Amino acid sequence: MAAVSFAVIALVAVGAALGLVLKKNPIHGALFLVANLGSIAALYLMMGLEFLAFAQVIVYAGAIMVLFVFAIMVLIPGKEETGPDPKRRYRILAVPLGALLLLEVILVIAARRAAGPPPAAAPAGGGVEAIARLLFTDYLFPFELTSVLLLAAMVGVLLLARRRRGGAAPGAPEGTLE
Amino acid sequence: MIPDTWYLALSAVLFTIGVVGVVVRRNPLVIFMSIELALNAANLALVAFGQRHGNFDGQALVLFVMAVAAAEVAVGLAIIVAIFRVRERLSVDDLSLLRW
Repeated sequence: MAAVSFAVIALVAVGAALGLVLKKNPIHGALFLVANLGSIAALYLMMGLEFLAFAQVIVYAGAIMVLFVFAIMVLIPGKEETGPDPKRRYRILAVPLGALLLLEVILVIAARRAAGPPPAAAPAGGGVEAIARLLFTDYLFPFELTSVLLLAAMVGVLLLARRRRGGAAPGAPEGTLE
Repeated sequence: MIPDTWYLALSAVLFTIGVVGVVVRRNPLVIFMSIELALNAANLALVAFGQRHGNFDGQALVLFVMAVAAAEVAVGLAIIVAIFRVRERLSVDDLSLLRW
């Protein structure tokens, strides 16, 4: 039963990922990515990690994808990939190279599996309490750094997205546009 | 109970699709979304390894990856919008210079 549901979810995830890469319209790509993120959240739920699953849905499928959809709407979708691809020959190379990369990663996993049986440990479960304890003890410094990073990103985005009046904004020399 | 090797294999497939998407596509937004896909594949691998060893470190790392991905997306999209304001075309083949 678990294997069947894993297979279905994995199929949805891989299909959505392929849809993201193959579809021309970025809006369709965004919807495929939402499907992919949702299926990975379902996988977390299958592993019993409720907290991660909900964080995945809220942060990724919620916040990040809304940002993406906003950006796509601002940027007039579908205008940039029309017309023949001047570098098509090189891009086709990506498929065998990607297959090679996949083979390599699979080999690494297989080698790891052959190296020995996994340590006999009970799966950790998804308790919020245990994760919070870890975050506020062992990972306290990176956890606080994360807040600094988010603040820096916010300030940077405000600076970048500000509409420049008369081209006289600091950091953007006049007359050099285009 | 699903063996963790299955999760790792799925993670490998998703990561490869993400990398190929970064190389193949011309629209910077789709390239960004492919990067998100690859990050998620890495998250899945982290969680699978965390389950294998029976501790919570993998899950904590996934939370950090989520936070960094959120910051990265915000800054990256702002840069793309800023570039789009200056030049009306949006293809990575045209963006070979750091200044515009």
